[in-house]
Amino acid sequence: MKFIELKNVNKTYSTGVTALADMSVTIDKGEFVFVIGHTASGKSTFIKMLYREERPTKGSVIVGGVNVAKIRNGRVYKLRRKIGVVFQDFKLLPKLTVYENVAFALECLGVSSKEIRPKVLKAIERVGLKEKTRSFPHQLSGGEQQRVCIARAIVNEPKLLICDEPTGNLDPETSKDIMKVIDNINKELKTTVIMATHDKEIVNRMKKRVLLIEHGVLTGDYLKGSYKSHESA
Amino acid sequence: MKALRIVGRSIRDAFKSVFRNFSLSMAAILCATITLMVVSISLVIAANIENATKSLESELSIVVYVKKSATEDDIKYLQDKIKGLDNVESVEYKSRDEWKLEMSEYNPSFETLLENYPENPLLDSFVVVVKDATDLEKVTTEIRNFDMVDSANFGEDAVVTIVSLFDVVEKTTLIVLVALIFVTAFLITNTIKLTIYSRRNEIEIMRLVGSSNIAIKLPFIFEGFIIGVLGSLIPILVTIYGYIIAYNKLGGHIISELIKLVAPFNFVFFVALIVLGLGAVIGMLGSLLAVRKYLKI
Repeated sequence: MKFIELKNVNKTYSTGVTALADMSVTIDKGEFVFVIGHTASGKSTFIKMLYREERPTKGSVIVGGVNVAKIRNGRVYKLRRKIGVVFQDFKLLPKLTVYENVAFALECLGVSSKEIRPKVLKAIERVGLKEKTRSFPHQLSGGEQQRVCIARAIVNEPKLLICDEPTGNLDPETSKDIMKVIDNINKELKTTVIMATHDKEIVNRMKKRVLLIEHGVLTGDYLKGSYKSHESA
Repeated sequence: MKALRIVGRSIRDAFKSVFRNFSLSMAAILCATITLMVVSISLVIAANIENATKSLESELSIVVYVKKSATEDDIKYLQDKIKGLDNVESVEYKSRDEWKLEMSEYNPSFETLLENYPENPLLDSFVVVVKDATDLEKVTTEIRNFDMVDSANFGEDAVVTIVSLFDVVEKTTLIVLVALIFVTAFLITNTIKLTIYSRRNEIEIMRLVGSSNIAIKLPFIFEGFIIGVLGSLIPILVTIYGYIIAYNKLGGHIISELIKLVAPFNFVFFVALIVLGLGAVIGMLGSLLAVRKYLKI
């Protein structure tokens, strides 16, 4: 079942730089997809288009049946509620505890504290931070901080989880753990996961679908692919 | 329910932010205080000027002098004619002898002066009180056209001078006031700009998790509102207590018994309400400007 569909998407920035050229791709519900490519290859633009941080210059970006490119600025928040996003720099609020950081995502939406509590605890448990609920971000390791971000991204049970180089700041061992958490979310919650990364080892080990973007063009789409496959291709 | 929780959260965040950046908020609050103090003082002065002008005007009467040649019948006839005019409240006859007596009492030298004349050189007169002070001039002109009227006056020059003086005072305060309001709004804008900057991470996360634009903006609007309202507190207290004390000390009038002050009750609360409202509006306006300019969603 199609969940994301890009049709002939072009993106040219006002500076004249073309970030994406005539990109078409479909991603099914519940898929786990890696997006790889060099820095400035256009993979960030691709990811940002999915949560409507960027708009295509041409073409359509359909997420969950809605053409994201056509959503008005004032309505973007409705889309964002269905999408969880995790970044390389964790973007946690330093003065809030783990619990509060995760709860923040629901509080902003006006969810009652009665509903918030069980959801937050479940999300924290899922990322394996049950013991650190009351800790502040500065008391956590990098991997733990990233887990908090993942918990915050999934607490509203989104259909789509977007990860923009989530392991970019972490050592290989910790990265492995983080990938386990994300993989579990994909498997257990059937959340579609799209992850941009530079980490060869992760891509090679996980054997998931891989989209390769080079100079703004989708040059490879490999099922159960890896970095090797594009190097040999 | 959801909207209510978002509003509640916004108010809580706004208070937190005001106290977290206290030195900054304090500058904006102080500026609002000064502006609103000027607003309050000028409101009190303006209301009292208005009140004084009105009461002066209402006590103004037209003095009509009758020609010397007029007979008693002429005088009677003229009195009835003036009484018959629209807007005339009362007509009081005052003979030349009464004038003489009054003037002599006021200053004995008049008496010696008037002794030199073979007969009383003064004129018989009417004192006409009108219902509506704005009709003073119209009624005077009408009376001037009657037979047997020597002259009719209501002291135009003095009133015109006073009123135009008041006008200048009022306009000057207004200009100063508008300038001060702009400065305050600008300072509040600046304060909110810095709060927006210091909370940019929070704003980014709110955007990512799908907060509606209004939910993101609301805390900042409330923050401006709180700054404005806090800034109005001192001016309100000073107005209420200061005016009541001043009123009692002065005995309800200023310079002479003629210029009465506005009675403090209800009046001070009315001024306080305006000051509070203005504080809130300036605060929200300032933060609205900042939000529109610096909060990119």
